[in-house]
Amino acid sequence: MTRDEIIAGLAEILEEVAGVNPDDVAEEKSFTDELDVDSLSMVEVVVAAEEKFGVKIPDNEVQNLKTVGDAVSYIESNA
Amino acid sequence: MPHTDVVVTGLGATTPLGGDVASTWDAMLAGRSGVGPLTQEWAQTLPVRIAAQLAVEPSEKINRVKLRRLDRSEAVALIAAHEAWADAGLVDAGLDTERLAVSVGTGIGGAVTLLAQDDILEASGPRKVSPHTVPMLMPNGPAAWVGLELGAKAGVHSVASACATGAEAIAHGLDIIRSGRADVVVAGGTEAVVHGLPIAGFASMRAMSVRNDDPERASRPWDKGRDGFVLGEGAGVVVLERAEHAKARGARVYARLAGSGITSDGFDIVQPDPAGAGFVRAVRKALAEADLSGSDVVHVNAHATSTPTGDMVEVAGLRAAIGDHVVLTSTKSMTGHLLGAAGAVESIATILSIRDGVIPPTINLDDPEDGLLDVPAHKARHADVPVALNNSFGFGGHNVALLFTRP
Repeated sequence: MTRDEIIAGLAEILEEVAGVNPDDVAEEKSFTDELDVDSLSMVEVVVAAEEKFGVKIPDNEVQNLKTVGDAVSYIESNA
Repeated sequence: MPHTDVVVTGLGATTPLGGDVASTWDAMLAGRSGVGPLTQEWAQTLPVRIAAQLAVEPSEKINRVKLRRLDRSEAVALIAAHEAWADAGLVDAGLDTERLAVSVGTGIGGAVTLLAQDDILEASGPRKVSPHTVPMLMPNGPAAWVGLELGAKAGVHSVASACATGAEAIAHGLDIIRSGRADVVVAGGTEAVVHGLPIAGFASMRAMSVRNDDPERASRPWDKGRDGFVLGEGAGVVVLERAEHAKARGARVYARLAGSGITSDGFDIVQPDPAGAGFVRAVRKALAEADLSGSDVVHVNAHATSTPTGDMVEVAGLRAAIGDHVVLTSTKSMTGHLLGAAGAVESIATILSIRDGVIPPTINLDDPEDGLLDVPAHKARHADVPVALNNSFGFGGHNVALLFTRP
């Protein structure tokens, strides 16, 4: 799966869970500061991403996923 | 010492009759039933397959993403609260939010969320349970959401007294203003538990109508053919305001909330005291607080849920507490029983009866019980209503009487 495909998948999840416009989802964007995803919604995003990409994202890893790019890299190397 | 004068300056509701106050009131005056069949698959094995469901789905007023984190009881409370807030002219009015409180209760709360998330837990495991579960199912959730969205900082309260909740929340709002803790209180009740489990529970108590083949005629307070209540869902919210505060900002005033009476039966967990003594005391307390007598009360929007035992106990109590002259109605004949929202939606009807000089009908009252007081059956009745009472009772032995007067 390419980085662009992962971004597209994350954009779908972010739209469903938090109403984020898919056009706003880009590697450098911060989940909390720029995409306005609060902590409870971030939990939903993580659980949905685990299912969609077949990865395990432990709770202690989630705090390192500040930007969309961080999440893409994690998924790319763990899927 | 004289009581602080408290008035009603805003109304909001979403009910089985309409998505706002105006459409709900129009439907009440037209004598329309909000009861229909439950066509969902889960309902087909239930003994009760009728309910009064919302006329307008919350999704028409609240966006999808926000709705994902709201229990239905929270969503309808927010819809009613925003309507009341706007109706009171308080949107962007610069109200001091440290003088704004909320008192919004629910009888059952987020039971539907609890059940749905339990299904997810059983089927998919704990990791799939929504992180929004707790704020969705907590009984203070509706009040908290209303407080959050309106910015209330003088306290957010969530009364729970079963089917007396909506009325008791309004009574609590009156007390908050009279105690000096707030100038404005957004007060009311909400309920949304049209689901197999609550229905099965009430049905097991033999409290619900099983007139499944004729839903619109199932809720028939005081009619000899009544066989139980019909479950409804919705919310009602009023804006209570210190009268001087309302006057200072030039607010339109619907009515005064002149007094409230709250008592408990101390008799049985679900059966009303057959002598109605607790409820008679509530009415007398409300009258005393308002410095009025029974003969002043023209109209009562009664609790009358259409159960065989409760309806006539209330009539006997009203006869004792107020007198034979009073004109009753039960709007539950049209809305069904909104449980924790009932007292709030019925307070709104009571207030509008005062404003418009019209008493909504009790529909389906084809064969009235012997000894019933004057009730406009089937058709609304025009009448001058300077003083009116709203009664609510709840499982647990709760009695609440609210006395409204023309401003």
